[in-house]
Amino acid sequence: MNALNYRVVIFAFAFLFGIVFSVPSLTQCDENTTNGEASSCGKKITLGLDLQGGLHMLLSVKSEVAVESKVKSIGTSIKYNLEKEEIIFDDLKIDNNIITFEVLDKDDLPKVVKILAKEFKEVAVNQNGAIFSLELTDDLIALTKQNAINQAVDTIRNRLNMFGLAEPTVAKQGKDKILVEVPGIKTEEDENRIRKLIAKSAHLQMMAVDEARAARVDMMSDGEAKQYGDIILRDVNDNRTKYLLYSIPILDGSMLVDAKVGYGKKDNQPLINFKLNGQGAKIFGDFTGKSVGKRMAVVLDSQVYTAPNIVQRIGGGQVQITGAFTPQEAHDIAIALRSGALLAPVQVESQRSIGPSLGEDNINASILALIVGFLSVVVFMVLYYGMAGVISNFALVANLFLILAVMSLFEATLTLPGMAGIVLTVGMAVDANVIINERIRELLHEGNSLTKSIEQGYNNAFTAIWDANITTLIAAVVLFAYGTGPIKGFSLTISIGILASMVTAILGTHGIYQWLLPKIDKKRLGFWFGIKTDKEIK
Amino acid sequence: MEVFKQQKIINFMENAKKVGLFSIALVVISLGLLFTKGLNYGIDFAGGTIVQVQYEGKAPIEKVREIVAQNPKYQGATVTSFGSESELVIRTKQASKSVKGGAKVEVRQMLKDTGKFEIRRVDMVGPAVGDELREKGLMAMLLSIIGIIAYLSFRFEWRFAIASVVALVHDITIAMGALALFQIDVNLPILAAVLTILGYSLNDTVIVFDRIRDGIRTIKSPNMADVINESVTKTLSRTTLTSLTTFFVVLTLYLFGGEIINGFSFTLLVGVVVGTYSSIFVASPVLMWLKFSVVEFREREAKALKREKEKEKMRAMYEQGTM
Repeated sequence: MNALNYRVVIFAFAFLFGIVFSVPSLTQCDENTTNGEASSCGKKITLGLDLQGGLHMLLSVKSEVAVESKVKSIGTSIKYNLEKEEIIFDDLKIDNNIITFEVLDKDDLPKVVKILAKEFKEVAVNQNGAIFSLELTDDLIALTKQNAINQAVDTIRNRLNMFGLAEPTVAKQGKDKILVEVPGIKTEEDENRIRKLIAKSAHLQMMAVDEARAARVDMMSDGEAKQYGDIILRDVNDNRTKYLLYSIPILDGSMLVDAKVGYGKKDNQPLINFKLNGQGAKIFGDFTGKSVGKRMAVVLDSQVYTAPNIVQRIGGGQVQITGAFTPQEAHDIAIALRSGALLAPVQVESQRSIGPSLGEDNINASILALIVGFLSVVVFMVLYYGMAGVISNFALVANLFLILAVMSLFEATLTLPGMAGIVLTVGMAVDANVIINERIRELLHEGNSLTKSIEQGYNNAFTAIWDANITTLIAAVVLFAYGTGPIKGFSLTISIGILASMVTAILGTHGIYQWLLPKIDKKRLGFWFGIKTDKEIK
Repeated sequence: MEVFKQQKIINFMENAKKVGLFSIALVVISLGLLFTKGLNYGIDFAGGTIVQVQYEGKAPIEKVREIVAQNPKYQGATVTSFGSESELVIRTKQASKSVKGGAKVEVRQMLKDTGKFEIRRVDMVGPAVGDELREKGLMAMLLSIIGIIAYLSFRFEWRFAIASVVALVHDITIAMGALALFQIDVNLPILAAVLTILGYSLNDTVIVFDRIRDGIRTIKSPNMADVINESVTKTLSRTTLTSLTTFFVVLTLYLFGGEIINGFSFTLLVGVVVGTYSSIFVASPVLMWLKFSVVEFREREAKALKREKEKEKMRAMYEQGTM
């Protein structure tokens, strides 16, 4: 057994594998050197938010708002369809998510029923004489809520991508939560901008001013406005200026195809140009055509940005929002409009926000702990076990590289608890070698031959190490399955560490002993195994 | 170097009852602490907000306290120094759900006249999330205990499984008692630490039990106490050495790992000490008290061996065609 045995070969391969695949993570090589081309440095570990700073948020979606606006948009669409057919109706109102209206001319009733059956299949319709009431079905409500969540995920992802940040994560978590992780935020202002961008509903509406009652708006209560099917909204720049608007909008942002930042011709102020799709342009053209002399408000997130008088029919679907924007605000609003409105507002369930300097402190602290912990174990092993300790240390180093390599290949995220997990693994992985070395010493003391002591030692130690590792692994796997965030990182590194230690600490060191066996001087067991024995060892 | 060279078998089980009383006393004190003082749940489980602020120079804690106390939104909030003189944390039970505003904006506004500072960390957990996390944490603990009992029953015998779980519960109770005693913030990393203790404590116990299992087969005495004494003596060097290396590593984490993982490493420190103690002085005596009979075990093993041999014989006969 003096030639290179299979154990050493496997160990050498594992060691090499560990070094090769952990290099990209250790050097953290920069991918931005080549633009667009595949990076040459390979897969690597990303640092968690607690190590590089950044923002982590768990959001929930107020999906009932999406249901409300769905009802509203059905209301808009009914109004448009009835008007198209020149049906006269009154009192189109929405209350408690139920749309009601009364048809004034009884002869139109069959036509209304036909339109409702054709265009609004998914809505439950109740007819009581000339009064119709419409309600969403439970299926449609569930679907609308689900859509709101999925759409929020896509929308927030689009917005963050357009904002130009490195690798933001936006993912659905569980049934109705959204996980947002934005690493590498440098300043508090940037964080505030990102938060505003995420939170912005970007709900764009064109609304007609109720000119008949508008003069009385300052004295009107919200309740009274509601009775007329109206809503009172305030000006974005001047909180005291109120507008009385028909609560059912002419059209909304869903018909928008593009939004860009522009600058005004006269004052060079930033403004936002946006473009409507074909249907939107037609509705907009029709409305402006028949409402000359009246006002139309451009409403974004329930605030009136402009409410100009309509001078003539506006075709082509090009609309402008002016207002006192800073260039940054205009840029962010345009992004929000382009990526679409949030069907429902989001709110924060939990968040962690870590400044970049704290991340750096955390890295330094944990690396220091790793180095000190590692060195104390390594020095102890050499002092106590001599060459046997050196061999164990080889396995320990290989173990560290293997953990890093496997994590790099999975492109795992290294968090602070993950670092703690690695430090702890150092302590636990060396345990296997302590058990083995103690067993070998015991057998040597009993006067067994060197070969027998080593082979028997590994045999005896194996079941103990195996059972101990499996029990720890059970705990780690359950932790991984049930844990969130920081716990997952911790249990991942522990699990990889345990599995890697089976290769390095058991197989690897065994192979090294077998390889070195002919060279071991039986008279210098103090040097090789750190023991003194008066017995003759064969 | 060799420290544990003595060949003499130490009679651990001689004083098992006295040590057992000591263990019970520790557990009772811990339970008492848990019921009177209680665990100090951090924001991960209780919900709330933590804001960590670092000043250029010394942090004006008193001033910050005054300002925070005047803000009705921050009623009941505490302000404490954190790690160094220049840092402080504000803790409050409130959790703002606003995406664009939130604690960072509020604190920046509130403390704007107290000097130059940087808000280094904001952690916020809503109450619903806290409940969910606590449930999940408990579930994780129960499931791993069940998994481990199943595995140990399969690999050893049910009495071994019970004894190791008794040791486990002993360790976890004492570790939690320490958490209550020092009123350490119980957050997710602490849960991870408690679960690591769970793994570690079992790891230690399993290695001693493995030796006992070995000893039952090889040691001549049919007396369980003798078997345990000899086995524990033989694993003593390993148990102490491993505990020492792990202890050193955790100690460095505690000393150098930074304020954030302080609670985590403290919990582990307690766990390593208690886990080592319990594998020798709790798990093994319980095994003895559960009336594990060496003689019966040997008979059963012999029978199993016999059955196996008979089966083989039959198979051999069958293959030779004599049956």
